[in-house]
Amino acid sequence: MQLVNIMAYTKRLDGRKSFTELRPIEAKAGIIKSAHGSAMFRIGKTIAYAAVYGPRELHPKFMQDPKTGILRCHYNMMPFSGSGERIKPGPSRRSKEISLVTKNALLPVLDLTDYPNAVVDVFIEFPQTDAGSRCAGICAASIALADAGIPMKDLVAAVSVGRVDDKIALDLDYQEEAYEDGPVADIPVAMLPSTGEITLLQMDGEISKEMLMKAIQEVRKSVGQIYEVQKKALKEKYASNAPIADVESDTVDTGVATAGNTSGASGAPQAPDLEALDRELDEN
Amino acid sequence: MMKKKTSEPFDLGSVDTAKGQESYPENQNSREAELVSRSPSQQGSQQGDLHENLTGANLTGASGPIEGELKVPDRSIIAPGEVLATGMGYLPALGTYRSGNDIRASRLGMLKVEGKVLKVIPMSGRYLPKRGDTIVAQVKDILMSGWLLDTNSAYQAMLQVKDATSSFIEKGADLTQYFALGDYIVTKIINVTTQKLVDVTMRGPGLRKLQSGRLIEVNTYKVPRIIGKHGSMVSMIKDATGCKVVVGQNGWVWIEGEPNMENIVLEAIRKIEAEGHLAGLTERMKFFLEKKTNKKITIRAADDAEMQESSSSFDGERDRYNRYDRGRGGGGYGGDRGYRSGGSGGQGGYQRPWREFRHDGGSRDQQGGGDRREGGGSGGGYRDRGFSDRGPDRRDNRSNFRPGSIQSRR
Repeated sequence: MQLVNIMAYTKRLDGRKSFTELRPIEAKAGIIKSAHGSAMFRIGKTIAYAAVYGPRELHPKFMQDPKTGILRCHYNMMPFSGSGERIKPGPSRRSKEISLVTKNALLPVLDLTDYPNAVVDVFIEFPQTDAGSRCAGICAASIALADAGIPMKDLVAAVSVGRVDDKIALDLDYQEEAYEDGPVADIPVAMLPSTGEITLLQMDGEISKEMLMKAIQEVRKSVGQIYEVQKKALKEKYASNAPIADVESDTVDTGVATAGNTSGASGAPQAPDLEALDRELDEN
Repeated sequence: MMKKKTSEPFDLGSVDTAKGQESYPENQNSREAELVSRSPSQQGSQQGDLHENLTGANLTGASGPIEGELKVPDRSIIAPGEVLATGMGYLPALGTYRSGNDIRASRLGMLKVEGKVLKVIPMSGRYLPKRGDTIVAQVKDILMSGWLLDTNSAYQAMLQVKDATSSFIEKGADLTQYFALGDYIVTKIINVTTQKLVDVTMRGPGLRKLQSGRLIEVNTYKVPRIIGKHGSMVSMIKDATGCKVVVGQNGWVWIEGEPNMENIVLEAIRKIEAEGHLAGLTERMKFFLEKKTNKKITIRAADDAEMQESSSSFDGERDRYNRYDRGRGGGGYGGDRGYRSGGSGGQGGYQRPWREFRHDGGSRDQQGGGDRREGGGSGGGYRDRGFSDRGPDRRDNRSNFRPGSIQSRR
């Protein structure tokens, strides 16, 4: 009798105050100096490091795409990153799948058409995991891609949502994921904060359609929080580069004026011209 | 909140179109409303000088509905996806895109507001080859008719034999005697195709092989700061330290001089990288260099004419890589026997005196006053665009030198 009362899932097992509360999040950009872009993303006890290399030459040649650059993602848990059991190093069925869904989650925001035949490599490593690692990996990778200066229309924010017993809980930790006294569903979701478009949706467990829709709504409400942390990480890295005062006249602003670097300048004024033309057409 | 799902990966362009279609009627309405509310005089200016209108009063919404609102201050750091402005009053340019009524950033960078036009200027990222850039590159491979170069970017560059020297090169000649594997060269991009095939040339002032010295890597987006306006910054560094410095647009910087002076150049460049965006950079750098070198430095005004000539070099060798040599009576092609590009040097090549090539007709000796010296002198009057060619290079022992490996910045 007493046992049942203790086991019923009435509050978060790790002491979080509400079912829609995220674990503490921390992010930092530019931590791996030799990479072209990098980031750390921590959510609770799950820590992801992402390093971006490229755009760079792609070999073997048959993998090249003359239309656009390609993205390669590598998800890897370090041997000591689990909860005791050694994670066998090297690619596994699971890590290959996660690499693939990570790639598919990130690709929609990227514009690699400027880099035909080239590749952008993303390496995501986990020194420590406590559920939600693919989401943390996606968050870290999107910060790292932005840090690497790759054109992208948005960052990607990801978090897992789930059903534990009869509750919908956001950002499950391992304890909740492994809850044994009731049905559990674990649903990692990646979303574009700007439009709410979903780029990753997986599900493990059982859940009703109604609960699933509700769960996705919960994610929708909280991606903003994650996006803010990601944004802050990027801005912090470049804060030292933020202008304190206006740049003096004797230094060159953008490189447009020096060294024959003119295509940047010529690209910009085209937009207003087109807009003006458009407006003229409207008027007539 | 969610308007639509896209099942397939989309690029920036297609998203824009999708958005555009979605919000098109609305846009049109607001645009019509705008036209109605605009006074005749404003309409006139709309059709006339667009730029005038960009900074015009209707931005502030003085008449009729507010056309747009800037959401973040000018010159702030922007993350991808961030809303820069709302409303149709602002126009998306480089690094931004319109999504419905908003303008968002499509990359990380710094916002630049130019009237109505919003740009995001990149602050990080790899070099992307661009026509006209002078870069430092490394020989990676040697082919039948040229060299493949590493450009510190995603794409290799091709240096054709005909663009390599102005001397005659016999067909089947050993190309390593000109540029061997691992050599670093200063070269200029003459063409970049849509598929990013890069062609470079060695014919132009200051383009040459680099001997000895050291190579460092910097952020390509800081290169304009390191060079300074009309090369003011780099020539100040060179004057102060007596080092030779070549700043490639691709972020590779070559330094040669006295070892302790090289270190000062290195420090100076790192300082510019870190503080390049702050006001008073030139003054600070001047102070820094004066302190480091115990020398008085005068900042000289940029002078285009002088700048052009400043890639001064050893007289006798200069003409080999002169870009004015070709087709100026230097003799045509050498039949089918090999590659040639006119000009001087080499076997059978036509020898011209270098003075004839000077395009401004002026004598170089008079150009910079009496203070121009060769070699690692003490602050002579050099001035250039970040590449100069004033060293006794291109000796005959071409192949027995290898510059050290790149000291990575990271």
